[in-house]
Amino acid sequence: MAKTVVQEFTKGLWAEIPPFRLVLGLCPTLAVTKAVDGGIGMGIATTFVLVCSNVLVSILRNVIPKQVRIACFIVVIATFVTVVELLMQAFAYPLFLQLGIFIPLIVVNCIVLGRAEAFASKNKIIPSLADGLGIGIGFTLSLTTLATIREILGNGSFYNISLFGPSFEPFTFMIEAPGAFICLGLMLGIMNMLGKK
Amino acid sequence: MRNLLRLFITVAVFSAVAGGLLTAVQKGTKERIEYQQLLFVKGPAILRILEGCSNDPLVDRFKLQDGDVERSFFIGKFDGKPSTVAFETYGGGFGGDIGVMVAVNLETDQIVGIGVTTHSETPGIGSRIMTDRAFISQFKDVTIDKPIKLKSDGGQLDAISGASVSSKGVALAVDAAGQVYRRLKSEIIKMVQA
Repeated sequence: MAKTVVQEFTKGLWAEIPPFRLVLGLCPTLAVTKAVDGGIGMGIATTFVLVCSNVLVSILRNVIPKQVRIACFIVVIATFVTVVELLMQAFAYPLFLQLGIFIPLIVVNCIVLGRAEAFASKNKIIPSLADGLGIGIGFTLSLTTLATIREILGNGSFYNISLFGPSFEPFTFMIEAPGAFICLGLMLGIMNMLGKK
Repeated sequence: MRNLLRLFITVAVFSAVAGGLLTAVQKGTKERIEYQQLLFVKGPAILRILEGCSNDPLVDRFKLQDGDVERSFFIGKFDGKPSTVAFETYGGGFGGDIGVMVAVNLETDQIVGIGVTTHSETPGIGSRIMTDRAFISQFKDVTIDKPIKLKSDGGQLDAISGASVSSKGVALAVDAAGQVYRRLKSEIIKMVQA
């Protein structure tokens, strides 16, 4: 069963790509994919937290007592999330305004806690790093894909650059909440179809 | 017993280290965050609501003590006269306090314009208080000598549908601005003319 480091990394990009395969972290997925920049920003923030918390949890996995492991994981994750929040305010303020409450909500993102509990607390540092990086980049790719579809259809633009000119009537339904559900549902369906053996 | 103590100490050490790290990061980023807020949040809101003024309100500002808090006031000059001041107040919204910059005409006591500066409302729902023109423009020319409320609270303003708590937060902030203005009007006029 032992996988190589490369396999740990690449599984996050396809075989276990969140949120399409690993159906976790749907709240930010639905909420921040209105526009591509928000999707990418959220993906990068989550990746940073994932990598840092995975590495730290892996380093401390023998120190943390079993009974209070969840509390310790949450402290680690919450710390990194707050660091991201402060750094984003200091260096990417407009992005922080756009993502708003969903940055602090990374604390309760099941992907991050899930990887800490299911992977990092049982594996060595290097595989944990690869795992966090892979899952994080996979999450960023998924968010970017969803956001691309929604922004092009719903706003007629990509990365805030208008694509079709003023005559385009945007399908605004796509950037509203129901559009997010439908878009995610269709993507899940397509992924299941492609993954069918 | 020893085991229990170990659990206790582990969590305590974790929390202490995390707290220390966060304090360091916060200290390191504090100044930059303040600058960014002035640049991206307050700056555009002030310039938008004081549109057409002949001076730079970010430069022409003064501070007044209001009870325990210190408030910043930004002066807007129109036709050569410093007739308008803008200042920020807060009202509780859905996800926390909403900051609103309110500009008041000192001669007529009417609101010139309002602009939301900071908020933690739900993106796409409550965050419409930033962008909904019909909602924001309702506050223009409202006389500030009486309480400012939404229609649902017996006032005169329409809320944004689907974002009533956020709308109420804005109304609360503007109402608070009215109270500050009434409290400090004589001092404001003194400072503006100085």
